[in-house]
Amino acid sequence: MSMSQSESRAAERNRDLSLLVAVSLAVLGAALTWLYFIALSAGAAPRLADLAYERLPGTGVSNPVTAVLLNYRAYDTLMELAVLLAALLGIWSLGPAAPGFQRSGAVLAGMVSWVVPLLIVTGGYLLWVGGYAPGGAFQAGALLGAAGVIVRLAGDPRAGLPGEGAQRWLLVLGVLVFTLVGLGLMAFGAGFLTYPPKFAKWLILLIEMAATVAIGVALAAAYVGGRPPGPEAQPTAEDEDALTAAETPTPDPTPALRPQP
Amino acid sequence: MSQLTLLIIFDGVLLVTLLALAFAAVLSPEPRRAVMLFIAFGLWLSLVWARLRAPDVALAEAAIGAGLGGALMLAAARRAARTSTRSDGGGDEA
Amino acid sequence: MLTAQFLYGAAGLMLFVLGLWSFLVHEPLLRKIIALNITGAGVFHVFIAIAYRGDTAPPDPVPHALVLTGIVVAVSATALALMLGARLQDAEEEDQSR
Repeated sequence: MSMSQSESRAAERNRDLSLLVAVSLAVLGAALTWLYFIALSAGAAPRLADLAYERLPGTGVSNPVTAVLLNYRAYDTLMELAVLLAALLGIWSLGPAAPGFQRSGAVLAGMVSWVVPLLIVTGGYLLWVGGYAPGGAFQAGALLGAAGVIVRLAGDPRAGLPGEGAQRWLLVLGVLVFTLVGLGLMAFGAGFLTYPPKFAKWLILLIEMAATVAIGVALAAAYVGGRPPGPEAQPTAEDEDALTAAETPTPDPTPALRPQP
Repeated sequence: MSQLTLLIIFDGVLLVTLLALAFAAVLSPEPRRAVMLFIAFGLWLSLVWARLRAPDVALAEAAIGAGLGGALMLAAARRAARTSTRSDGGGDEA
Repeated sequence: MLTAQFLYGAAGLMLFVLGLWSFLVHEPLLRKIIALNITGAGVFHVFIAIAYRGDTAPPDPVPHALVLTGIVVAVSATALALMLGARLQDAEEEDQSR
């Protein structure tokens, strides 16, 4: 292989340099470990954890991690959704998506029709259960994104997502609902994203639902890897060649070109 | 006491495997193999985090870090393999 | 001090250094991205180890939430980096074929 050859040549050329890098990084690692040891043996400083547990009853959820994510530090989560959106904008600005994979055979299609609904239901479950047990918007969104990846692998070039216009709305849904809730609270006299304890649960659930959809769509769209192809997009011959699953029977897309008897 | 020793042995096995997977992923020159090892590393990491009583984070790492990140990297590895066979001029698969 | 806390934190630091080394030494883009992800995993691991407070006390939820956010940001950055790399490769191929 030419790649590994050039790689080994480059490695030889840079042997001294990489030795230096290795030694200095080893020193860095040792210093960090030593500092970590000192910091740990100095004893536990007062932590935010105690305060977080103390205030938990007023947050509307009983899972402390969800409370931190969507109540105490809701700003972080809002900004994180904005980062996800920005990354997807970067991906879309790089051009159209590559054409998808060939249509799956009967066995894979059958499996997909079982697994995808199961993933969506599990996502909904994780979203709901996030209020009081491990789970929440991120995990649920990840499952939706995984469903999109499976659908794309099974041959849908758009990963089961709607057209570009609808996709844009779904993508901004998380940031939009989050900001609107925050601004609405401000209009009613509370601070930005400071929920009154009475409505906290429902506001958090509303935000989490929007965030789940936005995260799921963003992750699936990131896997598509470009502006969504139109509904008429078909996998090209080159892409079908590259697939190793050539033995799966597929309907011939061009029956008219067959030699007539 | 013996339970504590057992727990430390358990921790040791978890950590040694984790570091071994990370080393293998980093040192493997072949893209697809490196990505597979990285996915295994991510899944093992989520196990370790479940042991450290962080089930929320473990779930997210298994689904997002190992699952979706792995899928993205596998697509990139497939692409890299395809272009390298094409630039070899042979195309031994086709 | 908890032994487990130190052990796991030290492992996280090792992962951090290992990823950084691989990022600096290896040339292919995919390997660099994997290395950066391992670096990030090391940082997350230190956070989780600090949050761990033994088997009887509940862990600190604040680092957990930070790590959750970090995982999503890391994967979106990875996706963007991989797509940028793909476009770069396309551009190089176009230059070579010209």
